[in-house]
Amino acid sequence: MARPDLSFDDAEIAALEETARQIRISVIEAINVAKAGHLGGPLSAADILTALYFKIMRIRPEEPTWPDRDRFVLSKGHSAIGLYSTMAHRGYLPVDELLTFDAVHSRLQGHPEMTRLPGVDMSTGSLGMGISAAMGMALGASVQGKDYLAFVMLGDGECQEGEVWEAAMAASRHRARLDNLFVIVDENHLQQFGWLVDREGSTRLVEPPHAPGQLADKWRAFGWRVLGMDGHDMRDILTTLRDAIESRQGAGPTVIIAQTVKGKGVSYMENDYTWHSKPLSPQDYATALADLGAGTGAVRQ
Amino acid sequence: MMTLPMGLAQREVFGRVVSALADEDPRIVVVDGDVASSTKADIFEKAHPDKFLEMGIAEQNMLGVAAGLATTGLIPFVSTFVAFAVVRPLDQVRVLIAQTGANVKITPSYAGLFTGSTGMSHIIVDDLAIMRDMPGMVVIAPADDVEAEGALRWAAQYDGPVYVRLVRDVTARVFEPGRPFEIGKVAVLRDGSDVSLLSTGTQTPRVLQAADLLAEQGVDARVVHVPTLKPLDVDGIVEAASTGRVITVEEHSVLGGLGGAVAEVLSEHRPTRLDRLGFQDVYPESGTNDDLLDLYGLTPQKVAEQVADRLRR
Repeated sequence: MARPDLSFDDAEIAALEETARQIRISVIEAINVAKAGHLGGPLSAADILTALYFKIMRIRPEEPTWPDRDRFVLSKGHSAIGLYSTMAHRGYLPVDELLTFDAVHSRLQGHPEMTRLPGVDMSTGSLGMGISAAMGMALGASVQGKDYLAFVMLGDGECQEGEVWEAAMAASRHRARLDNLFVIVDENHLQQFGWLVDREGSTRLVEPPHAPGQLADKWRAFGWRVLGMDGHDMRDILTTLRDAIESRQGAGPTVIIAQTVKGKGVSYMENDYTWHSKPLSPQDYATALADLGAGTGAVRQ
Repeated sequence: MMTLPMGLAQREVFGRVVSALADEDPRIVVVDGDVASSTKADIFEKAHPDKFLEMGIAEQNMLGVAAGLATTGLIPFVSTFVAFAVVRPLDQVRVLIAQTGANVKITPSYAGLFTGSTGMSHIIVDDLAIMRDMPGMVVIAPADDVEAEGALRWAAQYDGPVYVRLVRDVTARVFEPGRPFEIGKVAVLRDGSDVSLLSTGTQTPRVLQAADLLAEQGVDARVVHVPTLKPLDVDGIVEAASTGRVITVEEHSVLGGLGGAVAEVLSEHRPTRLDRLGFQDVYPESGTNDDLLDLYGLTPQKVAEQVADRLRR
């Protein structure tokens, strides 16, 4: 079955950047209503999620369980509101529904729940599991002669889970049937608490989850094709994903390490690990919306 | 004491039946944790090499892969040991399989004591308690090879997660070959009026033999086999209490398994004097099958002795 046209021009890049901005605003609005949820991770992932759902993946929002759709698993499930916001702007659910995030009876649970929200391809939240499930989806395509692709997003902190490397090792053994598996690591260089480097007054300075460059070395050692991209440069994201997909035959499983900034787009959250998950004060909320230019531009549905 | 015919080992049934099912149903696949020669999934591997997915010694990933496969319309059967299907990847079973209602069949062998002298790391006697406590999970402990085949065939056509607890070694047969499996129903294997002996899994043939020994002492024991810990046959268990005295016997901990389930049912529906035979909150050790059954009071003779003792109290 044909894949989406992956060519793009400057106008489309600008449109996708605008969509990512709207998605970030939706994240802030939903978290502000819920008074709970994660911020840093959804904001670091927003550009990549936008590229996947608005350009790269073969999907039908109006038919979310279409059997031939590409799969996406948010293994870093705590970024759920980022996924929901992306899906809402793409038409899977009303944008207004985002304000039910985390409330009882909502389809938008604190971590993604596939039995509630059609279009979520796997329930996640306990870290390290999504990659295994995506690998099962990719093997399922191979067993049944289907040509869809399986994408899975991991956090860099999540790559401390042993299951990630169980999956990496097993996928390499099945490389001949897994050139349809694409892992994207959102390397935002922070995790919830991390390892202390130093303390300046009340501020903890922490080490990143992995030493610089080591994440790529680890995946390479496990036998994967390893690519890199700037996870906030829409042109680089589209180019990298397009090239990875077009060159997949015989390549085995692919991992793309995306360099990102935790809290991207909100001045005071960027690179501050304490914004992994924290309620917004009214002033925080106002600043975040101002930083993201809320109230300007057109919403792209 | 009555002699029962020996059946096939349940693991052998697993290899044969899943392979035969795959002849007819292209959706069936097997994921294996490097033990196919032990679980007899190698029978499947030989017949259906493209549907056999070796995952190596990495059970967390294996259960996750099974969940992913199931979302694509396939029906994965999991080949490993009970310990490595239930507790090692417990969170994967919980989050990816039970919570999603994934159509995964968790069908490990090496249940209970018969694990080839491996000791307490491999012998797990709380798997029924753990799996029974998971919303949405079907939990089956077949009595023999006939029921194992029925349970596996039933699991293949049921859409949802199923746990089937299978045994490594040859055990006695209690059912007529070809008997259809009925989910959620107890089977009264012997009538009696003095006491009802409720058992599950391959402990049932030994309880049947124990009832024979008790008859020689003038004790008229009813034997009720409970193959399905979930869904539980509440009516069948309440009916079993009509003898006025219930004793559960299981190759499993008395906490949370059959004994626990029966205690819950009786105290809610028909308070009845209950005794629970099985592992009394202890970890097992290694040894031959016969020595272990004797040590933990699960041979027909030991069951009969304990039942007679409890009835005197």
